[in-house]
Amino acid sequence: MWEYTDKVKDHFLNPRNVGVMEDADGVGEVGSIACGDALTFYFKLDENNKIKDATFQTFGCASAIASSSALTEMVKGLTLEEAQKITNEDIADYLGGLPKEKMHCSVMGRDALEKAISCYLHEPEKKVEGEIVCECFGVTDREIERVVRENHLTTIDDVTDYVKAGGGCGNCHDRIQEIIDEILGNERPVRKKAPALTNLQKIKLIEESIEREINPTLKKDAGRLELIDVDGNRVLVRLGGSCAACAKSPVTLKHYVESRLRELVSPELVVEEVQ
Amino acid sequence: MNVIYVDNNATTMVAPEVLDAMLPYFSINYGNPSSMHSFGGNVAGAIQTARENLANLIGAAPEEIVFTSCGTESDGTAIRAAIESYPTKKHLVTSRVEHPAIKNLYEALSKKGYRTTFVPVDRSGKLDIDYLYNSLSDDTAIVSIMWGNNETGVIFPIEEISREIKSRGILFHTDAVQAVSKIPINVGETGVDMLSLSGHKFHSPKGIGALYIRKGTKFSPFMIGGHQERGRRGGTENTASIIGLGKAAELAAAHLADHGYDRVNRLRDKLEQALLAKVPNAMVNGDPKNRLPNTTSVAFEYVEGEAILLMMNEYGICASSGSACTSGSLEPSHVLRAMGVPFTAAHGSIRFSLSRYNTEDEIDVILEKLPPIIERLRALSPFWKKAMGT
Repeated sequence: MWEYTDKVKDHFLNPRNVGVMEDADGVGEVGSIACGDALTFYFKLDENNKIKDATFQTFGCASAIASSSALTEMVKGLTLEEAQKITNEDIADYLGGLPKEKMHCSVMGRDALEKAISCYLHEPEKKVEGEIVCECFGVTDREIERVVRENHLTTIDDVTDYVKAGGGCGNCHDRIQEIIDEILGNERPVRKKAPALTNLQKIKLIEESIEREINPTLKKDAGRLELIDVDGNRVLVRLGGSCAACAKSPVTLKHYVESRLRELVSPELVVEEVQ
Repeated sequence: MNVIYVDNNATTMVAPEVLDAMLPYFSINYGNPSSMHSFGGNVAGAIQTARENLANLIGAAPEEIVFTSCGTESDGTAIRAAIESYPTKKHLVTSRVEHPAIKNLYEALSKKGYRTTFVPVDRSGKLDIDYLYNSLSDDTAIVSIMWGNNETGVIFPIEEISREIKSRGILFHTDAVQAVSKIPINVGETGVDMLSLSGHKFHSPKGIGALYIRKGTKFSPFMIGGHQERGRRGGTENTASIIGLGKAAELAAAHLADHGYDRVNRLRDKLEQALLAKVPNAMVNGDPKNRLPNTTSVAFEYVEGEAILLMMNEYGICASSGSACTSGSLEPSHVLRAMGVPFTAAHGSIRFSLSRYNTEDEIDVILEKLPPIIERLRALSPFWKKAMGT
């Protein structure tokens, strides 16, 4: 059983704006009966070129119907430029989220919207761009690339959830992995190395962190921490107040003080107690 | 809201008599059947009675029954036992419409160097028996063919197949998880070597099953351990569930003897006939003649199964679907695809599976609620009007 949000259930059980629009300005058809879901989306503009009305017809599961219904509500009152900016994630977010395996329903909504706008603008029917990668569901490399980039996908399962590619015979899994690798390889953010701190900066930062973050917490238990010295990455401290007599102080030191300082200053720091 | 449960091929209600029989084995009779003291020994006696009741249901001898944890364990044990017993034979045969317990096991074994044959079925789900016989060779370790299909209810002619396979000296196993208790079965007459069954499909709890192993069949255990089940399945017995399975078998045998399934069959036929009459573009998947008496798979064209199930759910009606969306896979069930059910129908296929606890009133509620649901979903579907040519 799928965990659908109340909003998905509502849009499924009470779909808005159902039906064929005879005098539509734009119509977008996506999906097929073989694939298990299909959507026809219609819209009409007002005199200010804003979307006055939108309707849909959908064959598919609860989330496909809910995504279509949501889309018709979302686009009303928007200019085409604004409508063009709607992403599949926006549709899913509008519904309070979709199960991961159902994200392709939101992608189908976005695709139908794009097609309907192209139809209105009399753009030539977009040829199937790129090469078919998934024969079972007729998905091209371009479509996979796009969904990987836009939704930050990292696995073949993700791609299957979003555009169905790879969900049939599985012969295309290697190719999908290649596409993911190419994109992740190209776009993997180069981890910026934090600029190395000078010794003086490091000591200052440790001092500040102890006063601002650590001592206020220790104070709750009537303890405090005194910085004695910094030697490379060794931070020498003395525990005072009630901490000095507390049997748990070595734990406090390692688990709390050291991890906070590593977080705030540098991951290489080691905290040591001096008597 | 009352629940109308017509998903009995998925699982069934534990019969009240079964629960009553089990309860003392959780509390007062908690002894280990292997113990020397009579406190444990009494439990061993009760397990023996359960074994006799189960054996009686399928026409076996009590010592031919091995209790397992589920149908999947029974299937896996049977196939692995065959492989271990005939290590030089590398060919395994089954059908294309088996339960995943067999299907996925065979696929896993084919990656380990076994040659597998998946025998096709025709449009009505009937097995291509010539194809099956032609695939056999000296290299065939085992043939495993299900007795009744879980999705369509189609029954395969196990007696006939078994006889032929046996005459060629090949081991024969049947997954009878859906057939046991619904149709009379007598393993003694059929000559099958091994048969899997599962308790929760006929009113005993989940987590208990059995494997019938014909006396004299070469066998090697899957679970190696203590001497339980005469060394054929190690591990302390699931005593309460075994007692429950025995009681359920006793009830099922009585129900079959009373022709109790005639009533279930009549309710199933009423549901099916009325749905076909009330809903245009609806059809039954599978051979209507050779079917389990409780099962029907009805395809509603141009609508999608998950949507139907969730709308029925609003009325407390519990059924299941062969559509892709319900399982999380993207393609309709392998059974419907193997039968060549067209996509227009496969995605909108709903399985109703009844039990002796269903009533005529419940069928009437389904007949009242379901046709408008289909109509509503078809009004949403872009294909319906096109198909109707309007």
